Amino acid sequence: MTATVSAPRRAGRPSGGVRRGEAVAGWAFTAPVLVILGIFLLVPVLMALWVSFSDWSGRGSPFSGNVNFVGLDNYAAITAEGGLPTRDFGTALRNNAWYVLLVVPLQTALSLFLAVLVNRAVLRGRGLFRTAFYFPSVTSSVAITVLWLFLFSASGAVNQILGAVGIAGPNWFNDPSGVVHNALGAVGVTDGPAALTGSGFLGLTWWDWLSGPSVAMSAFILMAVFTTSGTFMLLFIAALQNLGGDVDEAAMMDGANAWQRFWRVTLPQLRPTLFTVLTLGLIGCWQVFDQIYTGTQGGPGKTTLTPAYLSYSAAFLDQDWGQGAAIAFILFAIIVILTIFQRWVLRDRPVSKRRARQYELPQKKKEVAR
Amino acid sequence: MTRSGIRRLIAVGALTATGALILAGCGSGSGFSDPGASEGSGDLTSSDDGLKILIGSSGDAETDAVNAAVAAWSEESGVEATVSTASDLPQELSQGFAAGSPPDLFYLAPEALAGYAENGSVKAYGDLLGNKDDFYPSLVKNFTYDDQFYCAPKDFSTLQLVINKGIWDAAGLTDADIPTTWDDLASVAQTLTADGRVGLAFGAEYQRVGAFMAQAGGGLVSDDGTEAVANSSENVEALDYVKTNLAQGDFAFASDVGAGWGGEAFGKGLAAMTIEGNWITGAMSSDYPDVDYVVAELPAGPSGQGTLQFTNCWGMAADSPNQKAALDLVEYLTSSEQVLSFSQAFGPMPPVQSAAEEWKSENPTLAAFLTAADYAKSVPTNDGIASVITDFNSQLESLKTGDPQKLLDTAQSNVEAVVG
Repeated sequence: MTATVSAPRRAGRPSGGVRRGEAVAGWAFTAPVLVILGIFLLVPVLMALWVSFSDWSGRGSPFSGNVNFVGLDNYAAITAEGGLPTRDFGTALRNNAWYVLLVVPLQTALSLFLAVLVNRAVLRGRGLFRTAFYFPSVTSSVAITVLWLFLFSASGAVNQILGAVGIAGPNWFNDPSGVVHNALGAVGVTDGPAALTGSGFLGLTWWDWLSGPSVAMSAFILMAVFTTSGTFMLLFIAALQNLGGDVDEAAMMDGANAWQRFWRVTLPQLRPTLFTVLTLGLIGCWQVFDQIYTGTQGGPGKTTLTPAYLSYSAAFLDQDWGQGAAIAFILFAIIVILTIFQRWVLRDRPVSKRRARQYELPQKKKEVAR
Repeated sequence: MTRSGIRRLIAVGALTATGALILAGCGSGSGFSDPGASEGSGDLTSSDDGLKILIGSSGDAETDAVNAAVAAWSEESGVEATVSTASDLPQELSQGFAAGSPPDLFYLAPEALAGYAENGSVKAYGDLLGNKDDFYPSLVKNFTYDDQFYCAPKDFSTLQLVINKGIWDAAGLTDADIPTTWDDLASVAQTLTADGRVGLAFGAEYQRVGAFMAQAGGGLVSDDGTEAVANSSENVEALDYVKTNLAQGDFAFASDVGAGWGGEAFGKGLAAMTIEGNWITGAMSSDYPDVDYVVAELPAGPSGQGTLQFTNCWGMAADSPNQKAALDLVEYLTSSEQVLSFSQAFGPMPPVQSAAEEWKSENPTLAAFLTAADYAKSVPTNDGIASVITDFNSQLESLKTGDPQKLLDTAQSNVEAVVG
């Protein structure tokens, strides 16, 4: 918005002439959006920031005289004091970290795979497949959650299918045990080493942090992959269709097989889309709320508690508005930091010398040798 | 300054002014008003304003009954009143209080009372009620915070033992076998555990398991609510008893037999007995009308009979402009005739002693629920106890394999943080 106004100035053009009045027009056109964003986004966010530093109890204005500044008390309660709020926050972070760790790579890989499949010109009825894969994304998350509760109930369809192949399925949404712990338990490890159980972070021992997502959370992870892959598949299809065929053909002429063409030619060209998908995935996964609210409310055993839901329940149900706001801002910081980190990982890098050497022509090498 | 610079300045100025005006409008409006200054219990506000009533309804039967009662009162008193049902009561209440425009009267759960009383959102009007002495003393205690009786109980329920008559008779048991001690309960549960069904199923939560703690003489907080007693030897004994039977397979948590709550496990025949409150009668008649059942008092534990009671009250907003009319409406809604008609319409028990005899004669098969009013214990109401109970519940889910003492020690440290 500002760029359109200041660009001509930076270019050093004299003001007036045919461009006169553009700045005012620019501001006039953007003003409604700026005002709306300011009132409905910026001001509430700043108010919430104030609440997170205050002892506002949820009655009347947070700016009235009897609301006091309490500094970092709310942040300390959920991160440093070691009581129930700290343990709840640690548990929520643990659950959500596992969720992100599994959902983001899985949904990205699956959506890319689906996109490559349905992008093929030779595939018959690919319109049908695209619609079928995309369909879960347009269904309301509440409806999907209810469906999932049915599918994954103790005697639900999933367990019946598992039963048909001789596996006794778990009682999905009522099983609080962590899958990593379960896997370790299967090989006889039921208690962590003292190094892990002795100390910890945010009220949980390291052994607890490493428990893995609970069986209940795993069902949510499957659901997230199922519902979001379609959306991201669409992004990947759009990107794939924008790629010129010539680069691919050139690689083919050079003798690259399909596998090499995908990894060395197609995928690097998809990097901007990959960045979009990963960023959207990261943000969406850290904000998971609807499924928890409609599905399990954090149970069983708090293993599906997420910071977003904890923030809601701390504020609205326990009247700890400051702590709720503090959780929201810590979550905000986590998302921003991870997005920046991810941007750094995916940045455009010059080709390394070692990699460049692989592509050098043989005669050039000789020249250098001479 | 160049001409375009000046124009820019004007544009920015206009924008800022517009924004500031809109923001100012937002600030001075009714969006956020300061709470009133006077909080004493004697001075009720009075005005011509109509009353807004917010309820968390269990279904159409309850909504219709409350609507009809409020309409009748409106007719009589000439004060307008509208009832709305909340889909998420705690959230809608919190929004109302934060915005300074709460409903005048609303359902209020005891565990939410302390939070709202602490921030001055609710009015302590209990002592002004004309029928104050008619309420069961244990219910009055439930809604007393900081020595002030805040709000009138609207109804209540207790937990009792619900027995499937068909399975009971088929197992060769008679009325004489109805358990009166923990040992009896364990042995009939064992007898009834057969054919892929457990003897007794109940929810994995303090709100059910707590009945055993009460029978052992324990609880999360001391009777006066000032001391944490969660890891007492009585509680350990209670959890040990439950754990032993869970491990033997005679007891089970509802979730472990694939049911959402005890009533579902019972109705589907996954369990021969369950521990539930009188709300189960509604679920049985609507979802499982073919199941014949009897309600018996829970057996006595080492310290005698014990159970838990649940209740809600009619909360009144401190910001309500017409508290006099609201008080009048509460007295009307808690009158003996009115609570009995509520009871007929949607099943809860009257909170007033004057209605007890009539209720018992109308519901002879459910009398055990009301008898328990004499010894039932309340769920603790300290500020912040709700999240402690949620945490305790999450630990109880693994009671079958867990260590009761360790579990209660965790609860103890959590309770200590909110008590006193």
